Amino acid sequence: MTKTIFEKTSVGRTGFTLPQNDVDAANGIPENFKRKVDANLPEVSELDVMRHFTELGAKNHSVEKGFYPLGSCTMKYNPKLNETLVRNAGFSNIHPLQPQETVQGALEILFELQQDLAEISGLPAVTLQPVAGAHGEFAGLKIMSAYHKAKENKKTKIILPDSAHGTNPASVILAGYEVVEIASNEKGMVDIEALKNAVDEETAGFMLTNPNTLGIFETQIEEIAEIIHRVDGLMYMDGANLNALLGIVKPGEIGFDIMHFNLHKTFATPHGGGGPGSGPVGVRADLEQFLPIPQISQNNGNYFLDFGHKQTSTGKIHSFYGNFAVNVRAYIYIKMLGENGMKRVSENAIINANYILKKLEKYYDIPFNEYCMHEFVASGNWQKEENGVSTFDIAKRILDKGYHAPTVYFPLIVKEAMMIEPTETESKETLDEFIEAMIEIAKEAKENPELLKTAPLNTPVKRVDDTLAVRQLNVKFKIGN
Amino acid sequence: MPYISNTDNERKQMLAEIGVDKFEKLVENIPQKFRENVKLQLGDAMSELEISRKISELANKNNAIVNSFLGAGIYDHFIPAAVDHIVLNPEFHTAYTPYQAEVSQGTLQYIYEYQTLICELTGMEISNAGMYDGATAAAEAILMAVRKTKKFRAVIAGTVNPDFIEVIKAYTEGIEIELITIPVKNGQVDLDILKTEMNDETACFLLQTPNYFGNIEDVFAIEKIVHATKKALFITAVDPISLSLLNAPSEYKADIVIGEGQALGNGMNFGGPLFGFLATNLKLSRSMPGRIVGATLDADGETAYALTLQAREQHIRRAKATSNICSNEALCCLAATVYMCLMGKDGMKKVAEQSATKAHYLANEIEKLDGFSRTFNVPFFKEFAINTPIPAKKIIEKLKVKNIFPGVAIGENMLLLAVTEKKRKCDLDELVKALAEVQND
Ligand SMILES: Cc1ncc(COP(=O)(O)O)c(C=O)c1O
Repeated sequence: MTKTIFEKTSVGRTGFTLPQNDVDAANGIPENFKRKVDANLPEVSELDVMRHFTELGAKNHSVEKGFYPLGSCTMKYNPKLNETLVRNAGFSNIHPLQPQETVQGALEILFELQQDLAEISGLPAVTLQPVAGAHGEFAGLKIMSAYHKAKENKKTKIILPDSAHGTNPASVILAGYEVVEIASNEKGMVDIEALKNAVDEETAGFMLTNPNTLGIFETQIEEIAEIIHRVDGLMYMDGANLNALLGIVKPGEIGFDIMHFNLHKTFATPHGGGGPGSGPVGVRADLEQFLPIPQISQNNGNYFLDFGHKQTSTGKIHSFYGNFAVNVRAYIYIKMLGENGMKRVSENAIINANYILKKLEKYYDIPFNEYCMHEFVASGNWQKEENGVSTFDIAKRILDKGYHAPTVYFPLIVKEAMMIEPTETESKETLDEFIEAMIEIAKEAKENPELLKTAPLNTPVKRVDDTLAVRQLNVKFKIGN
Repeated sequence: MPYISNTDNERKQMLAEIGVDKFEKLVENIPQKFRENVKLQLGDAMSELEISRKISELANKNNAIVNSFLGAGIYDHFIPAAVDHIVLNPEFHTAYTPYQAEVSQGTLQYIYEYQTLICELTGMEISNAGMYDGATAAAEAILMAVRKTKKFRAVIAGTVNPDFIEVIKAYTEGIEIELITIPVKNGQVDLDILKTEMNDETACFLLQTPNYFGNIEDVFAIEKIVHATKKALFITAVDPISLSLLNAPSEYKADIVIGEGQALGNGMNFGGPLFGFLATNLKLSRSMPGRIVGATLDADGETAYALTLQAREQHIRRAKATSNICSNEALCCLAATVYMCLMGKDGMKKVAEQSATKAHYLANEIEKLDGFSRTFNVPFFKEFAINTPIPAKKIIEKLKVKNIFPGVAIGENMLLLAVTEKKRKCDLDELVKALAEVQND
């Protein structure tokens, strides 16, 4: 266990330098507005800090440490070049409110990124303002709502399948709609009959992840879109799984009207232990007027923040123009791959996923076993029934083998789900080793189920009690005790 | 092909093992007509060298080396070099949400430390692991108050950053929350009108202090008005840098404290990524949005950390979640954590003190100039508004050629100026001189 930084404090120790204050003035703060008791902040040296965080870092699994098949999250390699280039002071040190003539390079990048994402999605207008997937969902649903208001459509609900990610229903509520959840069919796809039954004149739209959260392409997409469009609903695509579609199909050409991108997934920007991400939204041409303000536009080579559609816009959902520094990284990534590289990304992601699927199908239940896209969902059902170990136990044992676990217990429609997404950046050897480990775990489940139930054993800490973390809530360190 | 490991040969081998002769077989179920003629006009792939050249050309079109007094929520405070070294550590940088606690103790522990630091600064009992930015944190705090009080009426000070107010509108419009904005009086919220607007149907009052104009609000008087109502919660938006000098929000009994965290160790980056902090008291913990880390034990009885109170979150509660947030701005919170550790008790105070004294020096010097005056005659921290003898936009235009950004135009003849500890006396004097000359040339 690593002591907290607060326990490493030594009174009077410092880890900073600042110039002498060279002005002679008072701080002007009236006595009653001055803080009464000092904040108990650490007093440590720079070396103390470096050692502390280096020690903490070593307790993390990360893409650069090893394979990270966390389904739906697209844990691909993050190019180092992007980190170097984005740290140019010309990016890191510009203020969002400085005169636009002095940020032409930044605006040019954003403008081009809007265009590149439009090209990739087949949806011609893109906003870069949302900073995460869920933020993009919210923006997209607000655009939907603005569309219906403009047409004076009376719409109250959004339909989504039960395989949807939790952010989808949560975003629907935030946008002021009701959620109508429909059960998936026996193939794990949208049940057309259920959809037809759910749709009525008050349907604002349908939210769908495609490929869906089982890693399966929704082949009836055309029919689905027709059903929704018939009542003037809009088709929203959760683009979390876009890594399967680059250069293969364009969401805008298969019936979707609005989608969000997860640049931190598909476009290789680092996940950063939970963020920052970026969640741009693309829309069909007639919805452009509803995008958040400002858009980035261009006039004779002059780039500018465009508030022209202020009257119809859904407004602002972020202080400024989204996660600029994340967007720069995605821009570089797209430029480095070009058309052929993009297509290659999805092809290899799909091949890698199918390869693992094929090699594991004898050892783990694959409830919807067909060729998958960039990921697939296995289940710990067999192990649960035959050996009394759960997916939870299997996941913990995977940690012991030096890998991150797959996404578990999602989607909710698969019991004991394990969602495996290798990404295109992983090599065949890595996949072979992982497959080997998974087979070994299946064997261990049979021969020594206790081992799995007590796993992990080789990790920085043993199995963590997360119910205790709720029961005896301790969310800040008690300094000085 | 960059960043793709497998060779054509390996691809072939793998396809053979899957049992198909070519890639297309794997996607045959996608209707043919969608797959035909898909072209991506993205240009040819660029090499590392080519894109590096292109990017530095683009970066050079941005003017980043200036004597700038821009603030209005984003501030140019000093960042020790060590911060970025830790942020760049791939063990933090290339991990994701710490769902698997046993291999995420590094991330979990720094979030726990981050939460502790935010609680120390604000005086509150519980902090989450961060929001998208200060504006969305403000919006989520209002949603939290509405959830808790079941009242659909939120009162907001007109002195709150207008970008925050815009985002709050977007976040509350769907759920049909009535928003009331209290007018500004001499750069502060009008207390008489606040009194008449605070009633028993009100969920909360949102105050910013120092406010958008840099002014310190009369938090003690305001608290009395807010808490005189039956249920209303007192939400304050604060500049974290100010908190080493100004009252901790707990001293004036704030119920929810939020703010933009960028000033803590994060670059300006043209306004993103940012991060919002959100802290409150334990009795409101179950209404909070976002992730929270708690200390617990592992199977050996050793201290360990885990995500906690997850029963509020979208992955468990779905439509009933307290927020839709999933990915947040974790790495920015890491930068803030490292920053606060390095600056420490003494450094944080010095940053606040230097920012405030330098701002006051500048304000005094500007007031000596003919035609210039401070707009508001009330206490401020590191940012203040001035009236200008010629239109503010004109001043900005004229000073741009001298590489000075004199502030944000917040009125026809009004500028908002921010000062941080990075400013030297000569930088301040340079602005004063340029302003003195601005009417002549
Ligand atoms: C399918 C799906 N939808 C939405 C999201 C939400 O994205 P974010 O975490 O960027 O908000 C995720 C990822 O977590 C996801 O996997």
